Amino acid sequence: MTVCITGLGAATCLGLSYKDLWAGLCSGKSGISRIGGFDPTSFKCQIAGQIPEFSIRDYVPKSIRKTTKLMSRDIEIAIIAANEAFKDADLKTKAFDEQNVTINPKRSAIILGANSISCDLLEIAPSIVKGVVDGKFNIHKWGTDSIETVTPLWLLKYLPNMLACHIGIIHDLQGPSNTITCAESAGLLAIGEAFQIIARGDAELALAGGGESKVNPIVHMRQSLLKRANDDCNDNPTEACRPFDQNANGCIFGEAAGCIVMEDSGRAKSRNAKVYATVAGFGESCSINANYQALEPDGKGVQYAIESALENAKIKPEQIDLVIPHGTAVVSDDIAEAAGIRNALGGWGEKVPVFPTKSMVSNTGSGAGAVDVVAACCAIKDGVIPAAKNCTAVHKDCKLNIVKEQIKKKINYVLCTTYTYGGQTAAIVVKSE
Amino acid sequence: MDDKNKNRVVITGMGIICPLGHSIAEMWDGILNCRSGMAETTIFDAATYPTKFCSEVKNYDLTKYTKNPELHSKGNRHSKFAIGAANEACRQAKIDVETDSPADGINRRRMGIYLGAGEGPVDSNIFFNSIVQGWDEATNTMDWAKWHAYSAGNMQANFELEQEPNMPAAHVSVYTGARGPVRSCLTACAASTQAIGEAFKILQNGQADVMIAGGAHSMIHPLGIMGFNRLTALSTRNDRPTTASRPFTESRDGFVIGEGAAIVILETLESAKKRGVQILAEVIGYGSTSDAFRVTDMHEEARGAVSAIEAALKDANLTNKDIDYVSTHGTSTSENDSIETLALKTVFKEETKNTPVSSIKSMMGHLIGAAGAAELISCVLAIRDGVLPPTINYNDPDPELDLDYVPNKPRKADVNIAMKESFGFGGQNNVVIIKRYED
Repeated sequence: MTVCITGLGAATCLGLSYKDLWAGLCSGKSGISRIGGFDPTSFKCQIAGQIPEFSIRDYVPKSIRKTTKLMSRDIEIAIIAANEAFKDADLKTKAFDEQNVTINPKRSAIILGANSISCDLLEIAPSIVKGVVDGKFNIHKWGTDSIETVTPLWLLKYLPNMLACHIGIIHDLQGPSNTITCAESAGLLAIGEAFQIIARGDAELALAGGGESKVNPIVHMRQSLLKRANDDCNDNPTEACRPFDQNANGCIFGEAAGCIVMEDSGRAKSRNAKVYATVAGFGESCSINANYQALEPDGKGVQYAIESALENAKIKPEQIDLVIPHGTAVVSDDIAEAAGIRNALGGWGEKVPVFPTKSMVSNTGSGAGAVDVVAACCAIKDGVIPAAKNCTAVHKDCKLNIVKEQIKKKINYVLCTTYTYGGQTAAIVVKSE
Repeated sequence: MDDKNKNRVVITGMGIICPLGHSIAEMWDGILNCRSGMAETTIFDAATYPTKFCSEVKNYDLTKYTKNPELHSKGNRHSKFAIGAANEACRQAKIDVETDSPADGINRRRMGIYLGAGEGPVDSNIFFNSIVQGWDEATNTMDWAKWHAYSAGNMQANFELEQEPNMPAAHVSVYTGARGPVRSCLTACAASTQAIGEAFKILQNGQADVMIAGGAHSMIHPLGIMGFNRLTALSTRNDRPTTASRPFTESRDGFVIGEGAAIVILETLESAKKRGVQILAEVIGYGSTSDAFRVTDMHEEARGAVSAIEAALKDANLTNKDIDYVSTHGTSTSENDSIETLALKTVFKEETKNTPVSSIKSMMGHLIGAAGAAELISCVLAIRDGVLPPTINYNDPDPELDLDYVPNKPRKADVNIAMKESFGFGGQNNVVIIKRYED
């Protein structure tokens, strides 16, 4: 069965719509800026990809607005992207028109990538500082005096499955609901799983993608300790993230959600839906490295995932018109990923145009792969491959054709890849209809 | 894909690290002897918490299960449990681990992993004290420079990485060399049933030959217990921990949290036959739905639970007459046990009285993300030994709940087909059906 992509949605540092994302990527605009949510002055990396201000109440039906207090940032941004995707697909869900719903709730799935949601330290701090004896945290005092001051539903804000739960409630999606928690590969793995669920007939429609906010002190501390964060460009945020460049020097972290509506082709055709692309093939594998935070140097996991996706799509490497790689700008990972891409695509690996997005949208964890699939659909629709940003000279060990100037051409197949610390890798091929 | 083109999927190995023991044999012995894993909390000092007890894995020794403990010793509690469970499951399924040249007949690119796994616990001492050190009382807000100074000086990079929920799967992939589909999901209490269900579909549709599937989770830490206590989801029967988990009784007052890892080896029948390994059971059905109702409550009419059970029955080509035993979600919370009972009555109708159901959470506690996999294992053993696991502490039946809960002692019964159901906070419902293997 063919699975079509019929709706796009994104909330990224380039704006609150996938149209902002695509316009930004096409004009080489970086959304990376100094962190505003907390004072980052003492942090090594003080910049991030931050979503512009919004009010979540604008995106939630009146009847359930009081649940917005249970929504952490990760949940909010995913709701925005999901809303846009359904609207863009021209589908009426319960959220938009309860009397004239045009989806079948029982046959509609939601599969999202999400991560552990970092707790809001400012929210919990007043309770924790009540549990202090002699200047130190004391668990007895915390148990006696403070626990009851934590808001009763605190835990529900931080369960990773709550992105899918809230969106499922808002749009009434009663089919399979899953939350893939494979860090930076989660969004693409979720799209892959939704593809398989529709293909095997367990749903006729799915809202798929991922979302995460990495703009918080804990994540920034964690990534600095892991030496993955860039720290040489705090005064020049838009040039900080340089994937595959000879001067690449680490990731910039940010927040984003990307969502797509996927439908089986029969359903899409019968309602005359506009189709951005079809899913031609999906592949997944795993990088095996005892140094869990890094890709294995030869990029085998990435290579295997791509090979599986091509096999699943029944196409040859030369048919790929564009690769959107994970491209974090962590040098050793860039080199390994490039090796994986080249080894999977043979001679075509050094020639195929490669367009990394993180120089403009930052590394958004579980949102990353989904945002890239949205970009891939836009590239197919417009016949445009944007120019990469911040890659003036390709790193000598990467040997990829990083797109220097915008290319206009008919695009048939786009390959998107992701990997993550911890190893899980994914690759998808989307095809123009 | 037509049914006739779908692969049959069988279980060829099982392993567990749980509060009732560090092997399948120990767990089953605990269940058949109605033992409880519950006692005062020792993982952290819970003396002043509303709930001061839980169901812990005790005396776990990672080095028994790996030649390379240094690869896993920095892992969080449940990543280490996952290695122990994977070790036992792989041994039974004759899968070679920790080798670059496996001789088990499985192409590593056709072997995958699907875990329902939890986030790692934060390093509580550092987490709490970083906030205390960073807090500025004068302004009643956080001084991020102070927070940063304390955190940068105390947090350890490795320990931070190990808190990510994909790390248990990472450890299992390094341990086994699996290079096929590797995913991890976290749909709260339904996660490992969902992982096993999705792994079953991956095999049925030919995307892999072998899947290492199951769950690993521990939320027994100061923030986890605080969170569940605030939700008033946990039993507070601090004076009698071993009787606290009492599913389907009138006096039930919440679940008892447990921890652990449970792994099954799923394999296409073709692969199992080719490799000549023992077949423990066949997986024949999977249903997955969402309540789409409220994040705080299950649907009053059990809408999602009913549709998940019906979907699994349909997937397995069965009717409500065919199920010999149901392993319930059975948490011992007021809401779950009522609504789950309603769901079963709705589906089983007049067959309800002929369908025994039970909850081993009465003994093991609630392993959260790992619960479904542990409970599915008990279904395989029920089929193997012809014994239904009991619901213990069933001394004051809730008059509204009138199923056959296999009260207080195991019961001999011929079990051919068993159903495992799990329901997650937020409304994910997952059901897996297994069957005695016949050629």
